[in-house]
Amino acid sequence: MSLYRDEGVVLRTIRLGEADRIVTMITKAHGKVRAVAKGVRRTKSKFGARLEPLSHVSLLCWQGRELDIVNQAEVTDTFRAVREDLGRVAKAYTVLEVTDQLSQERHANPRLYDMVVGALRALDARDAPLLVPAFCLKVLALEGSSPVVDECVSCGEREGLVAFDIIEGGVLCRSCRRGRSISPAALELVRRILGGGLTSALAEPDGPLAGEVTDLATEAMEAHLDRRLRSVRSSPTA
Amino acid sequence: MFTGPLQALVDELGRLPGIGPKSAQRIAFHLLKVAPEDAMRLAEAIVDVKERITLCPRCFNVAEGDLCAICSDDRRDGTMLCVVEDPRDIVAVEKTQEFRGRYHVLHGALNPLEGVGPDQLRVKELLGRLDDEAITEIILCTNPNLEGEATAMYLARLLKPLGLSVTRIASGLPVGGDLEYADELTLGRALEGRREVDA
Repeated sequence: MSLYRDEGVVLRTIRLGEADRIVTMITKAHGKVRAVAKGVRRTKSKFGARLEPLSHVSLLCWQGRELDIVNQAEVTDTFRAVREDLGRVAKAYTVLEVTDQLSQERHANPRLYDMVVGALRALDARDAPLLVPAFCLKVLALEGSSPVVDECVSCGEREGLVAFDIIEGGVLCRSCRRGRSISPAALELVRRILGGGLTSALAEPDGPLAGEVTDLATEAMEAHLDRRLRSVRSSPTA
Repeated sequence: MFTGPLQALVDELGRLPGIGPKSAQRIAFHLLKVAPEDAMRLAEAIVDVKERITLCPRCFNVAEGDLCAICSDDRRDGTMLCVVEDPRDIVAVEKTQEFRGRYHVLHGALNPLEGVGPDQLRVKELLGRLDDEAITEIILCTNPNLEGEATAMYLARLLKPLGLSVTRIASGLPVGGDLEYADELTLGRALEGRREVDA
């Protein structure tokens, strides 16, 4: 067994035995890691609240064959504003679930890691209605599955784009239309998210437009993962 | 591997939480060795618990008979309700001897990652109790972790508009602990919830 240092974000935890937990984290240098936090459920545990889901921590771990063991953990960021707001907790759960599904064990993905930390910091600073859809679309782009939004995926037509079909891989024109309809404003917003206008997109207010982009991004992410996002379906704010 | 009934016992014991195949064998051979009346007492205790213990229809605590011991006790303060995740949490609160009200067990906490939403918890039943009983204060006593906090926030959002006093148990440092080892979140909350010292 070897000892290693890294930094990570706790994605989820499951109970193990009497007082332990298996903590699933995305780390910067070791990818997704599952590690045992011994005694963490006791009130006097040295870990305290450091290994709760959402915590951004610097770690010292023993590497095991399957499960590592957390030796020490120091908090970098607790994202307290997120924890204390039900709406933001629900959004953070979706960010964590998507990350858990896309990250691979012991396979470093520093760009995904930076995006997760960035998304949680943005959520901590402000409850942006479009944070989750923007995160999903950006992660899809990172995965090489970004939807085509500049031209019809079927015929290449650049005008009159009115539909969106994730199976086809993007938007469709009037004559090729399939899937769900997309409003011009929603299309423009998706283009802004994917094309470098993320800050202005995150400043958009809540409303039907944000709802349309959220549904579209959720559908695209679920199609990419080939499973439903539980955190969206059983959200306490739904 | 073993003869019929013994193998069946090993298999059944092996299905208990935290009991592996080796532990199951050890316990099964221990039961073979003990006096028949000791083994029968264990068997009867298991049968008894399955036959006589149910969930209290009012608070969903474990109960023997119709209502649980706390719900059927008239000396308890019916205006205060402590909402907990699990029947074992009632035992923990009762040990403090600080609370004389009644309880409501949710049987879990919101956990969207595991697909546990409000419909999987005893939330509707909690709201139903507000119509039937003279409750004026609700204490949200869920675990101080992300799931428990989310559950408390969700319930507060439901209950506050009904004009009830809704409180959350304080979180802070454990008695006998070292400040040096306290995590930032806990210590931050402990500072926030500081109290005037009586001289």
